[in-house]
Amino acid sequence: MGPVATTAPVEVQRPEVEDVTVPDVPWIVIVWNDPINLMSYVTFVFQKLFGYSKDKATLLMLDVHEKGRAVVSSGTREEAEVDVFRLHEHGLWATMEKDGVGREGTG
Amino acid sequence: MRFRRRFVRARNGTYSVRLDEHERRLLGSLPGQLASLVEAEPEDPWLQRLFPTAYPKDPEREEEWRLLMSVDLHDRRREQLSTLAQTAAATTLTEDELHGWAQALNDLRLYLGTRLDVSEETDHDDLADDDDRQLFILYTWLGLLQEETVAALSEAL
Repeated sequence: MGPVATTAPVEVQRPEVEDVTVPDVPWIVIVWNDPINLMSYVTFVFQKLFGYSKDKATLLMLDVHEKGRAVVSSGTREEAEVDVFRLHEHGLWATMEKDGVGREGTG
Repeated sequence: MRFRRRFVRARNGTYSVRLDEHERRLLGSLPGQLASLVEAEPEDPWLQRLFPTAYPKDPEREEEWRLLMSVDLHDRRREQLSTLAQTAAATTLTEDELHGWAQALNDLRLYLGTRLDVSEETDHDDLADDDDRQLFILYTWLGLLQEETVAALSEAL
């Protein structure tokens, strides 16, 4: 018995997982623009509370400033509440909602 | 005139503070005034920016949030304000104390800015009332001071 002529090689292909995170943590924390908080302070708070780089924190701050709001973090409801509390502690205008609620245009 | 930084970080991580007596007196008294107001008139609309809503679209959860968190938030505000008042005369601050200053200065500005209904373009001349103009000068000065605390604290990030 010789080696069996192989048929087409079985391609063992890994499914392409592109780092897809299942959104099982659908709460988002939003910071809203206001005319009182200093831009430098908002950037500092994002760096300090979330450990974001200066660049990332600055971009988020500019989003808040120019678009009126920015999503600054997301997680479970409990995690979002902790973030909202810390942002309130720092005087930022932060709210939280279930991701997608705003876009569905309910209410 | 050479610009002198008011808060300078030392190698050991503390900050030296350069303010004149008049400024220190103000910083010693303003936080207590705001804290008393929060105590006496918690529903004052001018204080609302200090205690924002977390769930604007969900009154039930908002109610629950207020019940659970508002005491803690009031405590933290009181701590920030008292840190500023108690260290207003200090010539050296720890990083935590300076962080408390930045927060307390922001608390004061949130109150004054709401009271004066400022926008990003508000100018001294927009205010008709003399008292408001005085408050706006105070608001602007607190902003400059806060800007400097943030610059100093950012060096440690």
